[in-house]
Amino acid sequence: MQHGKYRFIVGFLIAPMALYVIFVVWPFIQSIYYSFTDWTGLSPDFEMVGFDNYTKMFKDDVFWKSLEHSVLLAILLPLVTLGLALFFAFMLNVGGRRRKGAVISGVRGSGFYKIAYFFPQVLSIAIVAILFQFAFDPAQGMINGSLKAFGFDHLPNWLGDPKLALWCIMAVLVWCTTGFFVVLFSAGMASIPKDFYEAALLDGASRFTTFFRITLPLLWDTVQSGWVYMGILALGAEGFAVVNIMSVGPGGPDYSTTVLPLYVYQAAFRDGQAGYATTIGVALLLVTLAFAAVVMKLGRRERLEY
Amino acid sequence: MGSTSAHNNEGLGRRDLIKRSAALGVITVPTMSFLASCASGDSGSDEKVEKGTKSAENPLAVNESAPLELVIFDGGFGTKYAEDAKAVYAKTYPKAKVTFSKTQKIQSVLQPRFNGGTPPDLIDNSGAQQMDMGVLVGKKQLADLTPLLDAPSIDDPSKTVRDTLRPGIVEMGQFDGDPVWIMYYAYTVYGVWYSQTALDKLDATYPENWDDMLALCAKAKKKGIAGWTYAGKYPYYLPFSLYPFIAKIGGSEVLDAIDNLEPKAWEHPAVKAAFEAYYELYKKGYVLEGTPGLDHRGSQGAWANGKALFIPNGSWVENEEAAIIPKDFKLSVGAPSSLDASDKMPFGTIWASGGEPFIVPANAKNAEGGMEQLRIMLSEASSKSFTTSTKSLSAYNGGTDGIELSDGLKSGVAALEKAGTNVVNPRLQDWYVKLQKEQIGVSGLGEMMAGRATPAEAIKKIQGYADAAAKDQSIKHFKHQ
Repeated sequence: MQHGKYRFIVGFLIAPMALYVIFVVWPFIQSIYYSFTDWTGLSPDFEMVGFDNYTKMFKDDVFWKSLEHSVLLAILLPLVTLGLALFFAFMLNVGGRRRKGAVISGVRGSGFYKIAYFFPQVLSIAIVAILFQFAFDPAQGMINGSLKAFGFDHLPNWLGDPKLALWCIMAVLVWCTTGFFVVLFSAGMASIPKDFYEAALLDGASRFTTFFRITLPLLWDTVQSGWVYMGILALGAEGFAVVNIMSVGPGGPDYSTTVLPLYVYQAAFRDGQAGYATTIGVALLLVTLAFAAVVMKLGRRERLEY
Repeated sequence: MGSTSAHNNEGLGRRDLIKRSAALGVITVPTMSFLASCASGDSGSDEKVEKGTKSAENPLAVNESAPLELVIFDGGFGTKYAEDAKAVYAKTYPKAKVTFSKTQKIQSVLQPRFNGGTPPDLIDNSGAQQMDMGVLVGKKQLADLTPLLDAPSIDDPSKTVRDTLRPGIVEMGQFDGDPVWIMYYAYTVYGVWYSQTALDKLDATYPENWDDMLALCAKAKKKGIAGWTYAGKYPYYLPFSLYPFIAKIGGSEVLDAIDNLEPKAWEHPAVKAAFEAYYELYKKGYVLEGTPGLDHRGSQGAWANGKALFIPNGSWVENEEAAIIPKDFKLSVGAPSSLDASDKMPFGTIWASGGEPFIVPANAKNAEGGMEQLRIMLSEASSKSFTTSTKSLSAYNGGTDGIELSDGLKSGVAALEKAGTNVVNPRLQDWYVKLQKEQIGVSGLGEMMAGRATPAEAIKKIQGYADAAAKDQSIKHFKHQ
């Protein structure tokens, strides 16, 4: 059985590895290389400038603001999104009143809720951002419109207010990502054997205890992957899209919503400073790797087999 | 969710395999360097087409059978005018294969081609994804358009193309010294846009001085109408009326100093006076509530629906909001009101300048063809087709006789006549995009007009940004000639 095993494996892996190296590893190395040049992105000639881009970055207030907001998104969004998703998934699958003949069941109408929660996932993030931009519109928007109807005056300026803008953007990100994790966790919960719940039920455990002693530990793997995935979304594509479409400027008012990927984009595609943009990109890469490492480290638990 | 741990009796577990293949990857990477096709390849091959024969009909010596490639920005003006001009070229040079493409993503589409040294022959470098002109000029990526300007014009061979252009167009295309790198094809009138009908309803005329402006805003406020609104999400719309206002108060040299990034340029008393006047609009509650959260379409919508009287904007607003501007709106543009009798420039001083920048790349295969296409576009017939389809003036001086002018266009032409030589042309938005839009616009003016910074604070902040830009060695600096 063991004979020629490695050759066999390597033979099968060579094509995917080559693809991975050419399209993932190599561009990473290239962009690190470009971060030491003054490449504009608009002409083929550039020179090596050593650590100039890095010293510039460390002195750049906007970079630090972007970093701060990106880190904030990476910490807060997974917490809120996964927390909500776990709660909803539990209610939909386990949290209902016990009906005859079923050990566990979700709340009434859980089938409908599942579809409703998942719906934002079907819409493109750009569409969601534009719709919410209309909703947040201080003069004709739906949110202020309803507040007015309830008799509030002195309505907030939402995206136009530096204190509120980033929170509005986070709310939108939570709204459009929670549904996916509800479905993901529901699938995870469905694979937990029913007898555990039966046993808990016979012992007289409350819903609360059931969740923390049975559901969450057995779902931990899924939660952890979800955590990393959500963090990367917040640091990368989704965070960028929503800020770029919704915020004042974009990135404003007064840099209150700027995030790293937006800054990379602006430096590369607006200011013609591709070299500096890749430098910020390297910083973003480090932040993302650090985030994944921390989550993996903190989330390490004993594997449960069932 | 089963376990993923290795079962020891099956030899190689999944985890070991991953570890080993990662190691394999590490070994492979260095050996991959032969695949190092640099994202920014060499300067491309200089395979320019041969020149044709120079003649009276063909002053630029275009090669009659050489292919021509055009890339046009598909934005507020559409692309019909460019397609019309392309048809003329195709008719003049039937042997030439003309490729025409339109896009909104100029930079994404063309960046790789500039890096590879194979750009198209003529580009309308406009829109949100405009390629930075300062970088293009600094890196010598553009062709000098002087041959085009010195060529005889299509309509009257005794005049050069240069003689047929509106004032300021040629200067705008210059960055340092004589070469002209950019041909701005549209001609935009900036200012305070309003509805004459709305003013009539208030028994008012356009306020020629600031006291009248404040009085009119107070009158409107009593009727529940705001005096002003602006694109709060993109506060770099404010300068469209604020910059000429500064020039009017202190003379156009104040704007030149600002463009040249001179130290203390923003601390000029004229800047302070103009900022304070605008800030007063906010203080007295004459700015439409919620404006700081509106985007350009939102603010224009509120203004077109009569919720606010005045909006700082450019002449494209007529085309952009054609669907919602009411029939009896009587769209008009006003020059900045006088602050007081000590203003340096007369009432009527206005900002008008070229828009829609066309460029011919230095590495274009058929640069003569690109310039010839521009020469065709700068004929009276092409200019008329542009004005008819876009409701905007073109760089061609004239071309408005005999066509039905829309309200806004009429008012723009009248404003230009009234201004005479008092046309100012601030260059920040062409030279230092980031400084103008993000730093002065969003961080400075936007914060001030939302009431979160006083004029003094805003000026201090903006001066700081301008000083930083002047010191920044990674951007190319320009000076007024």
